[in-house]
Amino acid sequence: MRLTDIGRAYPGVQALLDVSLHADHGEVLAVVGPSGCGKTTLLELICGLQRPDTGEVRSEPAVLMPQRDLLLPWLSALDNAALALRIARLPRPQARARAAALFAELGLAGFEQARPHELSGGMRQRVAFMRTLLSDKPVLCLDEPFGALDAITRAEMQSWLARALQREPRTVVLVTHDVEEAVLLADRVAVMCARPGRVITEIEVELPRPRARTDAAVVALRERALVALGCGDHAA
Amino acid sequence: MRRAAHNLLPPMLLAAALLGAWELYADLGGAEPLVLPAPHAVAAALWNNPHLIWSNFATTAKEVAMGLTLALLSGFAVAVAIHLFPLARRAVYPLAVGSQAIPIPVIGVLLVFWWGFGVFPKLVVITLICFFPVVVTTVDGLGAVDPDQLKLLRTLDASRWQAFRFAELPAALPAALSGARIALAVGVIGAFIAETTTATTGPYPGLGREITTDIGFQTARAYAGTTVLFGFAIACFYGLALAERRCSPSTSQPRGDTP
Repeated sequence: MRLTDIGRAYPGVQALLDVSLHADHGEVLAVVGPSGCGKTTLLELICGLQRPDTGEVRSEPAVLMPQRDLLLPWLSALDNAALALRIARLPRPQARARAAALFAELGLAGFEQARPHELSGGMRQRVAFMRTLLSDKPVLCLDEPFGALDAITRAEMQSWLARALQREPRTVVLVTHDVEEAVLLADRVAVMCARPGRVITEIEVELPRPRARTDAAVVALRERALVALGCGDHAA
Repeated sequence: MRRAAHNLLPPMLLAAALLGAWELYADLGGAEPLVLPAPHAVAAALWNNPHLIWSNFATTAKEVAMGLTLALLSGFAVAVAIHLFPLARRAVYPLAVGSQAIPIPVIGVLLVFWWGFGVFPKLVVITLICFFPVVVTTVDGLGAVDPDQLKLLRTLDASRWQAFRFAELPAALPAALSGARIALAVGVIGAFIAETTTATTGPYPGLGREITTDIGFQTARAYAGTTVLFGFAIACFYGLALAERRCSPSTSQPRGDTP
């Protein structure tokens, strides 16, 4: 996945200006920044939902996991998770079987037949993640996937995601406003600032996995990213 | 049992109160019996003319059933076409709106000249009256899908048809059913208009015809026929609501009894 000198403007707003980013195969790139720095636009560009005004987007097929879970309320959790497979015209029994295999792994065994409104926020987010994973696309674009969860569930989901990616590596672009999450999960953290949205710095995270949030190296990198983020205040 | 009482008691009490007031007004000589017969006279007319009223009702009920089926199918098809094809939206929507301004009593006469005394001209009239609410509600329902939902489906490589099938169609169903309910409620008066504006042969031309023949001379019988149509409209409306609840367990029913 490679973005070169991307510019994108909406009426009255320069959403992105000269943004260049790349993620190698199997690499986890985190993008942190204040709200309004064009993070969501960035992901939609990678997924081909928008075209840049300037610059070039080159990416293997990418799938989006939006901020809101966007589960279909009339389908069971199992059928929601299997949605991508059904779209790929896999017959229903096979699609369900493949999705069902993931339910236990995500601690959702027994909830296959539940409707989305019967699940907690964390559970819905996990179903949405299964749906993303089962699309079998090489690039995953995660838009603040755990932003709406409580702290405990978020921590569980982060360690689960780290394990899942170790076992089955994918190229991941993880947009988040949580610097700690970025340092815990990513190989590299791109720090952005807003108006216009641009990349200020990139921080390599060359730490062994699994990482603990209390680890001194993690804390140090977190501080570095937070200092970089401070740029928004000076620029304004 | 308790729920039935909870649902049925209020309308029955209200109907009883209105009937009581009406009875009192008529008995005290408030209006000529040929203008406003008392409820007991209407009940007597219903009781004394069972064959006439129920045979005509059968004709009307058949027209309503066929006309509504036609209206629901055509309305739904038009709505889907309007939703999927921008050209159809531009071309068809204004005409569909305009169709509601057609003076049906005038056309009814022409339709008979055109297609004869059979049931077909009546179905055209009923469809013309009933298809519009289905079109409007269904088009709105199809368009109300969250745009982010459609974006997500696109990144999952859903085709236009799959986006329609997985997201738009199910999301539009409640709205389409609301349209169907409106169509049902106006379907009965649609049949009445159809019968009174298009001539018919045969012994039982329908309740609409029967009522217009009776008015001013067998007024109690006309009211009796109207009462039957009244009950029929209510039955249709709640019949559909019941079917609706059976068909869409997704939002209202507890877990465990999904199909």
